[in-house]
Amino acid sequence: METKKTGKVIVLGNNIDTDQIYPGRFLEITNPQEIGKRCLSGVNPEIAEKFQKGDIVVAGSNFGCGSSREHAAIAIINMGASVVLADSFARIFFRNSINLGLPLITCKGISSKVKDGQLIELDIEAGELTIKETGEVLKTEKLGDYAMSILEAGGIKPLMREKMRKLKEVK
Amino acid sequence: MHAIEKILAKNSGRDKVETGEIVMAKVDFAEINDLYLQTVYSFYEMDGEKVWDKDRAAFVFDHYAPAPTIASAQIHKEMREFAREQDLTYHFDVNAGVCHQVMPEAGLVYPGMILVATDSHTTTHGAFGALGTGVGATDMATILMTGELWFRVPEVIEVRIDGMPKYGVMPKDVVLLVLGKLKADGAVYKAIDFTGTYVEQLGVAGRMVICNMAVEMGAKTAYMQPNDEVLQYVSKRAVRPYEVVFTDEGYQYSETYHFEVKDLEPQVAAPSSVDNVFNLDDVEKVKIDQAFVGTCTGGRLEDIEAAADILRGKKIAKWVRLLVIPASTEVMQESIKKGYLQELMDAGATISTPGCGPCLSAHEGVIASGEVCVSTSNRNFPGRMGSSESKIYLASPATVAASALTGYLTNPIVGGDQ
Repeated sequence: METKKTGKVIVLGNNIDTDQIYPGRFLEITNPQEIGKRCLSGVNPEIAEKFQKGDIVVAGSNFGCGSSREHAAIAIINMGASVVLADSFARIFFRNSINLGLPLITCKGISSKVKDGQLIELDIEAGELTIKETGEVLKTEKLGDYAMSILEAGGIKPLMREKMRKLKEVK
Repeated sequence: MHAIEKILAKNSGRDKVETGEIVMAKVDFAEINDLYLQTVYSFYEMDGEKVWDKDRAAFVFDHYAPAPTIASAQIHKEMREFAREQDLTYHFDVNAGVCHQVMPEAGLVYPGMILVATDSHTTTHGAFGALGTGVGATDMATILMTGELWFRVPEVIEVRIDGMPKYGVMPKDVVLLVLGKLKADGAVYKAIDFTGTYVEQLGVAGRMVICNMAVEMGAKTAYMQPNDEVLQYVSKRAVRPYEVVFTDEGYQYSETYHFEVKDLEPQVAAPSSVDNVFNLDDVEKVKIDQAFVGTCTGGRLEDIEAAADILRGKKIAKWVRLLVIPASTEVMQESIKKGYLQELMDAGATISTPGCGPCLSAHEGVIASGEVCVSTSNRNFPGRMGSSESKIYLASPATVAASALTGYLTNPIVGGDQ
């Protein structure tokens, strides 16, 4: 996993739930690209249209609250985001994202410190980010060892494939 | 240790666990609903071959029951094929109901177990003294392959609820009160243990309502110490032997909140956040288009009974739709036997197939732009039940029925105590 990321941010509010990230009426879609096109359409359908690969999603507290739909994490990844920063994350969304190899970085107060379109430089391992325009440096929370091991493997799928392969060898 | 910690310790083969630890625990039952075909895809993407235990995993078709579109019919088809190939012992097709109601009815939920499902409202099963928690599709696929899942041992918050509310104030009002105080992020990553004299006397249905909405505060799981009514329910149904777990005396909760519900008035969560809670009487006059009794929160026999008690012999307001969707086939059959569905239909209700209904705008009564729905369900996020320009008020079944009668948000308690 690339632990240094630079990109411009789009800033969302508090308690952005999974219905806003990925509305229920689209749940029957299974194609990841199609899911990505509808990302955040419950907030504003234009977000996914304008989003450029490498842009960084920043949100307030409890981002991803609500349902357990993995579509929410699939949508964010396929919209082109490679990291999400928020004041805090909801639990199931956190697990889903890490499992799919999307790092979620908690940074208390981030949503009120950056503005739409500003460029930030994030260092996940060092646990800090820099807002380029102002030069302000913010501390970010480090991910736990288990979450990092999943991310470093590129998600839980490669990790499980490896586990299955080893099991077969033993047999 | 707390009962929840004891359950995690037992299932991870240890004597003791500590808050914040990551443990790998055995899952006693894994349940997948019909939103999550990705579970099957992830299973194969990870080179899964055989479900770890064919007696401990099941599909429940509830969000799209029966299939409203070709795409959802395809989802059901592929899931059925997987369930047949894997020879799963239990299967709940479009004739069953909402997963959280169907699972306990089938005896698959009992005290001391770990139930993991692809649905956030799996916290419901704390009502039975079980550890229930929701996960996404890929987490579920790892369980299907290995029978276990990693858990972070959560902090436990005590929510003590004392007193007996007056007639017409329901468990839904009580949990909305709690939600209004703790807020939507009040228990993120944590567990909530509901205690107090109110909880001790509460029946199975009421317990399920309250534990169900624990996730709306961000909780990983909920817990209530089983009482006699719970044990009677479970003993008649459980498919496996079980052991009730108890929290050690003197256990230190991470936080304690105390609520007294003796004087509680009907509550409502106004658009568009679950924690935007008010006394119903403090909300200005709201005209409604649809009233909805149903879902894993408010579609049980007791909820339908409360609606029937208010609407018996009366007619709902002109231009208002009243949708009644029993949570399960068993609930529907009981409601028919007791005459509630007949009475509700006489009053003008539309009855639909047991399942999730329009709660998450999948089908069966979604709402249009500018419309207002008062609902016994659990979420009022923007666009949750249809158009992003619609509004949802969350309330008790009694409030929903009283509102259907007048066409406006209405307090079901007329002139105080009845």
